[in-house]
Amino acid sequence: MRHLLDTRNLDRATALRILDIAEDMADTQSREVKKLPTLRGKTVVNLFFEDSTRTRISFEAAAKRLSADVINFAAKGSSVSKGESLKDTAQTLEAIGADAVVIRHPASGAPQTLATSGWISAGVVNAGDGTHEHPTQALLDAFTIRKRRFGADSRGRDLAGLHVVIVGDVLHSRVARSNVWLLATLGADVTLVAPPTLVPQNVSLWPARVVYDLDEALEQSPDAVMMLRIQLERMNAAYFPTEREYSRRWGLDALRVAALPEGSIVMHPGPMNRGLEISSEAADSPRSTVLEQVTNGVSIRMAVLYLLLAGERDDERGGDL
Amino acid sequence: MSETLVITGAQLIGAKSADIVVENGVISEIGTGLGRAGARVIDADGLVALPGLVDLHTHLREPGYEASETILTGTKAAAAGGFTAVFAMPNTSPVADTAGVVEQELALGEAAGYATVQPIGAVTLGQKGERLAELGAMATSRAKVRVFSDDGFCVFDPLIMRRALEYVKSFDGVIAQHAQDPRLTEGAQMNEGTVSAELGLAGWPAVAEESIIARDVLLAEHVGSRLHVCHLSTAGSVDIIRWAKKRGIAVTAEVTPHHLLLTDELVRGYDARFKVNPPLRRQEDVLAVREGLADGTIDIVATDHAPHPSENKACEWQAAANGMVGLESALRVVHQSMVQTGLLGWADIARVMSATPARIGRLSGHGAPLEVGSPAHITLYDPSVEGVFGESDLHGRSVNSPYLGRALPGRVEHTVHAGVVTVAGGAVVQELDA
Repeated sequence: MRHLLDTRNLDRATALRILDIAEDMADTQSREVKKLPTLRGKTVVNLFFEDSTRTRISFEAAAKRLSADVINFAAKGSSVSKGESLKDTAQTLEAIGADAVVIRHPASGAPQTLATSGWISAGVVNAGDGTHEHPTQALLDAFTIRKRRFGADSRGRDLAGLHVVIVGDVLHSRVARSNVWLLATLGADVTLVAPPTLVPQNVSLWPARVVYDLDEALEQSPDAVMMLRIQLERMNAAYFPTEREYSRRWGLDALRVAALPEGSIVMHPGPMNRGLEISSEAADSPRSTVLEQVTNGVSIRMAVLYLLLAGERDDERGGDL
Repeated sequence: MSETLVITGAQLIGAKSADIVVENGVISEIGTGLGRAGARVIDADGLVALPGLVDLHTHLREPGYEASETILTGTKAAAAGGFTAVFAMPNTSPVADTAGVVEQELALGEAAGYATVQPIGAVTLGQKGERLAELGAMATSRAKVRVFSDDGFCVFDPLIMRRALEYVKSFDGVIAQHAQDPRLTEGAQMNEGTVSAELGLAGWPAVAEESIIARDVLLAEHVGSRLHVCHLSTAGSVDIIRWAKKRGIAVTAEVTPHHLLLTDELVRGYDARFKVNPPLRRQEDVLAVREGLADGTIDIVATDHAPHPSENKACEWQAAANGMVGLESALRVVHQSMVQTGLLGWADIARVMSATPARIGRLSGHGAPLEVGSPAHITLYDPSVEGVFGESDLHGRSVNSPYLGRALPGRVEHTVHAGVVTVAGGAVVQELDA
């Protein structure tokens, strides 16, 4: 795998390969010594143009457990905020000798620009770009759904026949986009639930159903309900009237979570707004996979860095792993 | 003044091939077997002879942004594309909102000599949309400004727009509107539709263009003024203009070559060469603007030539500047999208790329048919060849063309501006004889 830029173009075989290698990685993490020598001598740069401590430390833990050297470049508050371009930053990392660049950027498409520009030869991992994609989040979500469903028998399985409901600000969510593509590729049925203002104007080509009523979606007995974080500034742009109204109509409150069928799980990519999109009853219930998602995130990112950096590189988009 | 030219065997519109003699900057004779002692002979066998092309929408960047383009380099690009006159948009620094700036641009164009530079004046001071610029002073200046535009910005305030439309009637002016509702396009990055939904780029909805055009044609009707709509880009806009013309409203409209050929699918690679305002639209819109141009709803093609330095394009999409260079490629793109598709013939090309833009802009001496007594603004185009468009085809200071690497038909072989050969054998003449 040369880069991991999105899940839109990730084929089923590659996705399953990542999930299965993540299973192997997860197994090693229950040992007393968690560190593997696999990426010794490789340099991974975490290039973060946006604050995201959670994602950054997850990638950092993944790289370190594979024995890679990690450089954290918080581009916010550095020369970048003084006007240095993405090109100059990339060329600097190239000169330092980065083998992989994990990039978080507020502009959609910045990782693809970095990967295709010729400015840098390192493999590029998209750690979230604008409102476009966040592929490792979707992979860890799929891993979590599969693990809860199939346990030790997860390897090699896809998500065929499972029903996932994604609730919230789909318009601005890179997590939702990456999940829609990946879940569909893995055979799951996807329903999006949101106020009409927070769905892109034309999603007719998405492999997902859109409904505006959360209770209608929950009546379909979903296997997983994924709540998206709502950003409070959306209120000021007239996407919805008040927090209370949002919470009443699209929040996963105690009553809704209690009505879910046995075995359905509640997911959230974090950080949560308790009391807004998710109630504490939901977040703290045995259905909640919030902390498993964090743990699984490290395994997924280990698998991705392993596929990017161990062994020979192949073509642009993965293909043969 | 200029040398004597004998152009032999040119394919004139609506006629058999003929020889054209140019003396003292004017076409002096058309016929067969013509010659003049000591004249420069241009072999135009197989070439289509068009009246020199006129671009109603060019950004020449001077004064103020000479790193992107100058009046000299921009008019060289114009000549390379077969243009003999360009209307220069006022978003310079300082903004062309006074008689002084438009006269400076006119003088720089005259000094360069590659094409007639006709300045466009800003509608409002500093293009801020708040107070009218001194439109009358620009109109009576040596630059004789007749077209006014805040291009790049929409004249959004309906009262300012109404007053501007009314005011320019006293000197037969026209307001060229950049139709874009600023509230509906805050942060907009590309056409709003299936592709923007997938790419996570903020959408620029068609309705933000169409609602302003609808308002403006009604205003123009109410006050009895001329309105010109810049770079119309959506199927809905074509319908509104068609309706307005049927009602007898004095509206004209332009489409760019890129909106005749390219779609928002090209944004998928996040290559900022395809970032432009208004954005590339859907295939349905491309077909609708072609149809509108073919049936006369859309009056003209204008390039919206918008040079930018490489650092403003070699970056993440959101940080990139809007705009594409288009002068050098315009005729070839229109050839591909309109002539090769059978929608227009060469007589129509002369109308939509020369005669009508000159008439809308009230630019005398341009756009006239190639007849005895006409000023010698002539474009000789070879429609039989095809080539991959490359940086060597660009003659301005910037290379932000969406066509690099794309096969396009045709080639501008010779351009004659006021009797002076500016392009010879496909190459821009570096030292003009004038």
